[in-house]
Amino acid sequence: MDLNYSPEEQAFKLEVREFLRTNYPKDIQEKVAKGVALKKSDYVTWQKILYKKGWVAPSWPEQYGGTGWSPVQKYIFEEECAAANCLRLVSFGLVMIGPVLLAFGTEEQKQKYLPDILKSDVWWAQGYSEPNAGSDLASLQTRAENKGDHYLLNGTKTWTTHGHYADMIFVLARTSQEDRKQKGISFLLVDMKDPGVSVEPIITVDGMHVVNQVFFDEIKVPIENIVGKEGEGWTIAKYLLQHERTNIAQVPRSKKQIERLKALAEKEQCNGKPLLKDTNFRRKIAEVEVELMALEMTNLRVLSKLSAGEPPGSASSLLKVKGTEVQQAITALLMEAVAYYGFPYDKNVMLDGWEEDPIGPEEAIFLAPHYFDWRKTSIYGGSNEIQKNIMAKAVLGV
Amino acid sequence: MNLEFSEEMNMLQDMLNKFLHNEYSFEQRQKLSRQGIGYSEENWQQFAEMGLLGVPFDEQYGGFVFGQTGLIVVMEAIGKGLIVEPYLASVVLAGQLIQQVGSEDQKHALLEPLIGGELKLAFAYAERQSRYNLADVVCKAEKKGNQFCITGSKSVVFNAETADKIIVSVRTSGESISQAGISLFIVDKGSKGLSTRDYETVDGLRASEVHFDDVMVDESSLIGELDNAYEAIQTVIDSASAAICAEGVGVITQLREKTVEYLKTRKQFGQPLSRFQVLQHRCVDMFMHEEQMRSLAYLAAIKVTGDDASELTKSVSSAKVYLADARTIVAEQAAQLHGGIGVTDELDVSHYVKRLTMLNTLFGDRDFHLQRLCSL
Repeated sequence: MDLNYSPEEQAFKLEVREFLRTNYPKDIQEKVAKGVALKKSDYVTWQKILYKKGWVAPSWPEQYGGTGWSPVQKYIFEEECAAANCLRLVSFGLVMIGPVLLAFGTEEQKQKYLPDILKSDVWWAQGYSEPNAGSDLASLQTRAENKGDHYLLNGTKTWTTHGHYADMIFVLARTSQEDRKQKGISFLLVDMKDPGVSVEPIITVDGMHVVNQVFFDEIKVPIENIVGKEGEGWTIAKYLLQHERTNIAQVPRSKKQIERLKALAEKEQCNGKPLLKDTNFRRKIAEVEVELMALEMTNLRVLSKLSAGEPPGSASSLLKVKGTEVQQAITALLMEAVAYYGFPYDKNVMLDGWEEDPIGPEEAIFLAPHYFDWRKTSIYGGSNEIQKNIMAKAVLGV
Repeated sequence: MNLEFSEEMNMLQDMLNKFLHNEYSFEQRQKLSRQGIGYSEENWQQFAEMGLLGVPFDEQYGGFVFGQTGLIVVMEAIGKGLIVEPYLASVVLAGQLIQQVGSEDQKHALLEPLIGGELKLAFAYAERQSRYNLADVVCKAEKKGNQFCITGSKSVVFNAETADKIIVSVRTSGESISQAGISLFIVDKGSKGLSTRDYETVDGLRASEVHFDDVMVDESSLIGELDNAYEAIQTVIDSASAAICAEGVGVITQLREKTVEYLKTRKQFGQPLSRFQVLQHRCVDMFMHEEQMRSLAYLAAIKVTGDDASELTKSVSSAKVYLADARTIVAEQAAQLHGGIGVTDELDVSHYVKRLTMLNTLFGDRDFHLQRLCSL
């Protein structure tokens, strides 16, 4: 057992750090550090820089634009990105549909879609959840009828992140009524510019517009826009959910957030002393750090197994549950650190940052909305309850 | 011993429930919260007519002598309806401060119009560096001739925007963080040198940063004794803490009821979510915290009217600690069990979650009150 990075890995770490230092735009860095909402142009700008460097898709095979990095290198890259307050690239193209096409797509589909995903020229959204199909995703009702040269698509999808920005959406739709509900599902690629697509914003608890409900009304989806075979959609969906989840725990980001929390607590006063010197508050930070330390080591153990060529198994479920718990605990402490300054709320500041003097500590206004918004992490991507079901079944065999 | 509500309290509760049912839907609340002054002046006048503004005050000033136990009923309803009108700021905080240490003249001059709905007040006690320590007062008032000159800033003053007058805690002598040397002044909102920066709060209310730039006030604006206001401030904040614990009970009850109702109707995997034992137990946890919270809120309300100071501190801080614990269980589970819809702006649940969370911050969080209990 050796926890240290090899000389090569250490050199790689420094290379990444130097690249980020010289190439990551300062204005985006500042927004991420403060918690200001990011715009589509911020994502595109950063992704194009990484694309030029060839670092945009670490999880893809090299021949399609991947980096050829080992799992440890990928982790190092995530670590450095978090430390530099990098924005997280939108995952729907790079981490979701890209790998799906690589595994299940035709050569034609790969040629058609993959380059634009890498360049961020085409934005993708995910069409999975429906109003009546959340945790029970397989009960989805969106229908696609095979009409020979096209599928006729009708239905609705919800919690569609960036649906209002997306050019394309990958959709799980029912193509036949089978005895097992998982059987009749297919995986379709749908053009968001079709006049039969409409997008309704959903405003979340923080007052922001990130997610949407998407409606499909009599859309003719070309027959070649199916990925895999008809009825194979569930297998593909499961593949996607298990794929590339080594960063699901968000350990590097949480470490950065702990740093931010400490810096904030150093500035805030409690009985004439820095809050960070308050034993009770300090102790709560320590408690989260203990859990985070365990999580980091667990994550590294999983990476080590992956490097040795072993499958991740249901480790991603554990990493997701513990990862979100840690993240949520940190958002609560950040909010707690600013006491009464958790109260002020201003949507415009959330979107664009302060133009005038801040009310209280500059970042305070973002902290309560962030705490509330972050409740979503234990709900999305398979709720934590579902993850526990998976572990009970797959690991414990109960 | 009798822990039942009195006949009058039951009547008050019925009246409030009727009001919430007929005139205070969630949609109406949202509309009020997001427009203009953030609440309805008409509702405020109706509160006056209903006698709500006089609940904690003595009869001789137009009050209804329900006292703190009457406040339980009103505050629980405020929680239940997520009421945005400035009851806490004007009646519970500023009004009770006047009742407690104001002169006879001040009580008549201020409480009567307050109860009648003609005068609104706010109380400025927190500062940028103070956190929850009521003695950490830097904003100062210096004697100049027969006047006082106030200089400094106050933080997160609820409903200062529409208050006619603001009561402010200032340092008139002693070191910062010393309990001695703190005084209270009542200042006209329109005074020269007084400015506010008004904003919405994350839970749908209004507050302001209030700045005093050489604001001159007469000696007659002093409320209570010079240099000696700390105890009165503490008592009123304790009373207000007990009151918001009752508000919390109202919020918690709603969240528990709404969550249970949702689980009964939401079907996944071919059955209502309420059939899943793991979710049933979470709802039971919510329910148990609701009942324990109700007990501590009632106990705190009873002790606030008593004259044993340490019993008061103990019960109020215990209630506030428990509010923090109940909040964690109830607010977080209500959001989690509703799933995605629980973190949308459209559904009322997220707004109850926000209010309950901010009640935890208000007047001191869990650490602050545990510390207070430990130092008894």
